[in-house]
Amino acid sequence: MSGITKKFGDFTANQNINLTVHRGEVHALLGENGAGKTTLMNVLYGLYKPTEGTIKVNGKPLQVSDPNVAIANGIGMVHQHFMLVDPFTVTENIILGNEPTKTFGVLDLQRAEEEVRQLSQTYGLHVEATAKIQDLSVGSQQRVEILKTLYRGAQILILDEPTAVLTPQEIQELANIIRNLTKAGKSIIIITHKLNEIKQVADYCTIIRRGAHIDTVQVNEVSEDDLAAKMVGREVSFKVAKKQRERGDKVLEIRGLEVEDSRGITAVNGLDLDLYQGEILGIAGIDGNGQKELIEALTGLTKVRSGVVKVRDKEVTNRTPGEMINKHRVAHIPEDRQKRGLIFEFDIAENMVLEKYNVPPFSRWFTLLWDKIYQNADLLVKKFDIRPQDSRVLARALSGGNQQKMIIAREVSNDPELLIAAQPTRGLDVGAIEYVHQSLVEQRDAGKGVLLISFELDEIINVSDRIAVIYEGEIVGILDAEGVDEKSVGLMMAGGSA
Amino acid sequence: MKFTKSDLKELFIRGPLGLTIFSTILGFSIGAIVLAIAGFNPAEAYWAIIRGIFSKPKYMSYVIIYATPLIITGLSVAFALRTGLFNIGAEGQFIVGAMTAAMAGYYFQLPMIIHVPLCILLAMSAAAVWGGLAGYIKARFGVHEVISTIMLNWIAFYLSNWSLTIKSFGKQGTGKSYMIQETARIDLFGQWKITEAGIDFIRSHKILGDVLKSPVNIGILVALLLAFLVWYILNKTTLGYELRAVGFNPDAAEYGGINVKKSMVTSMAIAGGLAGAAGALQVMGVGHKIAKLAIMEGYGFDGIAVALIGNNTGPGSVFAGLLFGGLKYGGSKIQDAVGAPTEVINIVVGTIILFIAMPKFIQLVLRFKKG
Repeated sequence: MSGITKKFGDFTANQNINLTVHRGEVHALLGENGAGKTTLMNVLYGLYKPTEGTIKVNGKPLQVSDPNVAIANGIGMVHQHFMLVDPFTVTENIILGNEPTKTFGVLDLQRAEEEVRQLSQTYGLHVEATAKIQDLSVGSQQRVEILKTLYRGAQILILDEPTAVLTPQEIQELANIIRNLTKAGKSIIIITHKLNEIKQVADYCTIIRRGAHIDTVQVNEVSEDDLAAKMVGREVSFKVAKKQRERGDKVLEIRGLEVEDSRGITAVNGLDLDLYQGEILGIAGIDGNGQKELIEALTGLTKVRSGVVKVRDKEVTNRTPGEMINKHRVAHIPEDRQKRGLIFEFDIAENMVLEKYNVPPFSRWFTLLWDKIYQNADLLVKKFDIRPQDSRVLARALSGGNQQKMIIAREVSNDPELLIAAQPTRGLDVGAIEYVHQSLVEQRDAGKGVLLISFELDEIINVSDRIAVIYEGEIVGILDAEGVDEKSVGLMMAGGSA
Repeated sequence: MKFTKSDLKELFIRGPLGLTIFSTILGFSIGAIVLAIAGFNPAEAYWAIIRGIFSKPKYMSYVIIYATPLIITGLSVAFALRTGLFNIGAEGQFIVGAMTAAMAGYYFQLPMIIHVPLCILLAMSAAAVWGGLAGYIKARFGVHEVISTIMLNWIAFYLSNWSLTIKSFGKQGTGKSYMIQETARIDLFGQWKITEAGIDFIRSHKILGDVLKSPVNIGILVALLLAFLVWYILNKTTLGYELRAVGFNPDAAEYGGINVKKSMVTSMAIAGGLAGAAGALQVMGVGHKIAKLAIMEGYGFDGIAVALIGNNTGPGSVFAGLLFGGLKYGGSKIQDAVGAPTEVINIVVGTIILFIAMPKFIQLVLRFKKG
């Protein structure tokens, strides 16, 4: 790609960017959220038409007018948000739009399954061809997306923030998969803002800042700090500054908690846990070990099979979400901010009162007091520096980082006893991550109990005071975060003993 | 929720209103082509519609009478849609409302000031139960409301026909119910019109007299009140906030502590009540009885198109309902003017409506797909 410029009206998303990727190479595209990485890749994939510039594949100039052209020329893309049909099987999803048929157009599912199995084996993807998407972990779903591009004959794979949703182990597996792919002569473009991964898997790295091409470097010649400085344009601190914690009363007590997942299989299996005021308790674990069900049980979103949950010594087992929020003061930064956290078609102000629309001062006699609702949002927008600073903007129009700020603003302004933060930095850039971590620490310093659930071990270790490792629905160990050994936590997460 | 200048620009040029105006023009153009193919002059035919609506006060009065039930069933469908529910059942809820109003209007003997509101309230309550049932079935068993409301439509249809076999209610052998009491009618000057003074008045006052030749009733006032209520509930109340939240994103609503299942039942019950009011007003203001149905009358189904054209808002439904009523009434004038048979007229009116509603419908389908 050379001289790519893409403008949306007056806004220049990409300014004269060059990108060259060779066969069998992993090329990282590094930049903060909104830097224009995804826009550039959407141009390559034919989703956007470039304002200027040319694209060449295998030396031949190519007009990528739509994704079908891209696919036909061996370009495949795995989006950050998966495009899968949940109730369909892996195979059905992979062949969607490209179904093999027997005579008279009868679907040849057997042949397709065989092909999927073979592809999966060749590249070490380990996906069950007949499993339904809705039953798969996020990591497996991503592998299905990769398989889909391979099935369509992709030679160049674009992975948009592939590790944003993965566990450390899954990231490791992905790295292996990427290695297998490049060995087979495929080229990979990874969009990311995680520096350690670039160091781990990429050969070259192109850095984009505010739509402009900053540099292309050979990865083994630069340090992570260099990359960070190029990306942000200033020095960044990776450490979270914390005061000595002051442990207070018990906020949360869980005893013998058992919760089933949506399939009726035991996901949380006799879990015990205590959380105190003024501490951040990090739950480390691989995706799919009961974290989701634990959070849903604590927030009232799902029913508990057995066991007891107490918040500030009051039993709250099987309360409704409304009771958990307003009566027991449990705030929740949800894992999936698009699905759970926000209503995209509501504006900022409406989203800010999602949990409080029916209590004073926002309503009286079943009537909403819009003036108060907008005043509230105006204050929060300023205080939490949410951009654009306009309470009337729809949540949909905000960047991921600002959406997360909105949720944090809302949850923190509820003055909770307990703050549950599930994957709070998922998909955010370095600057926004810093902000989220600071907010969590502020809540802890204000004497709240903070429960942090994350699949990123670095985050858990950096932010938490104590670390509880979850494995197959049980807490298998509780460690002090101070001076903890990353390897031993990783081992416990995988079911080994420390 | 406050409007600025740029909002208005957005609304008119790129927004829903621009689309509606564009598709209305498109609808009439295609309708013209259909007329031309059938061998009639479209200009003459459309001129006949316009004359048929505006040339006499009586005609305009008729348009309003035609539009009244459509506005309200439109409100019903629109209200449910705002909660993410597709109320195909307005038809059945209309029938239940009409039947209940006919019964309450015939059996009770009360002073008008009590009888009229009682009939409307009973009809709305019965239809609210009918609509709420579909909401409950969805909340409890996960049955899609489109399926359940279609079936409830047929149950209502046969229930209404069966009710006419009750000896004290149905006039045996006529396929009609007994007329409702005078005290339950909402016609304006219904009795007075046939007195001598009334007849004199109609003769001597050109405009008012002409209007009174049509079955003028207060239904349109109720329709406007209901449109205001729908707008008020959706935009100004906590209930409206809940229902819209559920409509846009049930997962986030649940997360925020909103009882999603309860919202489904509430929304469908309110939608049902609205459609029921349409049925009641039709009986109390126009028919004064119910008759055995050979086919569904389509007030509820037309309501779907009205809601779509009206962009699922209260005020939108009023305008869309009037447009619909105008086409229905004005369309019937083409026959005399250019001699086109009723079938061709129905095709033309149908085409116009299809093209007006279709872009909206496509939007709706896309939204359902995304969700």
